[in-house]
Amino acid sequence: MAPWDLDIELGKIFASVVYLLIGFAFGFILESAGFGDSRRLAAQFYFRNLAVLKVMFTAILVAMVAIFWASGIGWLDYEDVWVNPTYLWPGILGGLIMGVGFVFGGFCPGTSLVGAATLKLDAVWFVAGAAVGIHGFGETVGLFEDFWYSGDLGRFTLQDWLGQPVGMVVLGLVVIGVIMLWAAGLLRRWLYGDADER
Amino acid sequence: MSRKITPQRYWNPYVAGALLGLLLFLTFFLTGHGLGSSGGVDRMLVAVQDLIVPRHVDTTPYLASMAGGERNPLDHWVVWQVVGILLGGFVSGWLRGRVRLETRHGPQITPRTRWAMAFLGGVLMGYGARMARGCTSGQALSGGAVLSVGSWLFMLAVFVGGYAVAWLLRRLWQPGRNG
Repeated sequence: MAPWDLDIELGKIFASVVYLLIGFAFGFILESAGFGDSRRLAAQFYFRNLAVLKVMFTAILVAMVAIFWASGIGWLDYEDVWVNPTYLWPGILGGLIMGVGFVFGGFCPGTSLVGAATLKLDAVWFVAGAAVGIHGFGETVGLFEDFWYSGDLGRFTLQDWLGQPVGMVVLGLVVIGVIMLWAAGLLRRWLYGDADER
Repeated sequence: MSRKITPQRYWNPYVAGALLGLLLFLTFFLTGHGLGSSGGVDRMLVAVQDLIVPRHVDTTPYLASMAGGERNPLDHWVVWQVVGILLGGFVSGWLRGRVRLETRHGPQITPRTRWAMAFLGGVLMGYGARMARGCTSGQALSGGAVLSVGSWLFMLAVFVGGYAVAWLLRRLWQPGRNG
């Protein structure tokens, strides 16, 4: 049953090719969605263009439904799927810092790679900055190691937290996601009228 | 400034999102984990650092976990994936006439200001992404789809942080009269 360990199933070289192809598709989709353009990404924070919200939440909802459908019919072992461990405080503080960085920089790390690949100079500067930030983190994390491991809850899922069956959580998130996208659309129309999303 | 050549339109965001969701599912199905970006950049940087100051890398726990001793920081799926992102982004842009040396910036600022802000934003993003153990790809998309509590809180924090400063920084992005 899936998931597999590709390094073992295919051997290192073929596994690397698969990862390269996954990355290729990822980069292709991001660029096709217009995420190589910082203005389009930053416009999300002014509700002028909602592509970020639409792409991101559609992707999460589609993947989530597929994952739990596949695990429901026994094709995929969810227990064997990597769930990002929760480290509450560094996750939240890191997220806040990233949110501020997003508005200054107009990219997130993945989209900046796509911007740089299509020769957007602002993306190249962003990637250079990100390299400095990433390097800086590696050099300074030793100063606040305790904080970096704080709020350690391990593999902690929404269904564990809420004490609900996973089907309910998935259904709830789909409903919330659809309502949120609809409400964001209303807000955009209220702020900018019927003008095209730019 | 308006563009001279009209490049092809971008995909409908719901179509792009659905395709990205299927890719994310396929990735989990095949490999047991999701997508990533900042981690790959991190490993490339550590690889360079390991060439220059190997002793320092071996004695700094965070760096040693990737490149300590005989460990090769590039021997990891996320590195291949990042190379793929660059290639895929380039090919998509190239097919649609969007590979052009240019700077995208708000109408109220100069390219030079945009570069400085992009660099500053990059520093914050890079630092925050490693603190949070992942970025929009590795935490929000991947952890969100498999229902990690930490990933959902992270995602919320990114939007809170962004919207908190968006109004103050509106001159960077908004058209003059709407600002």
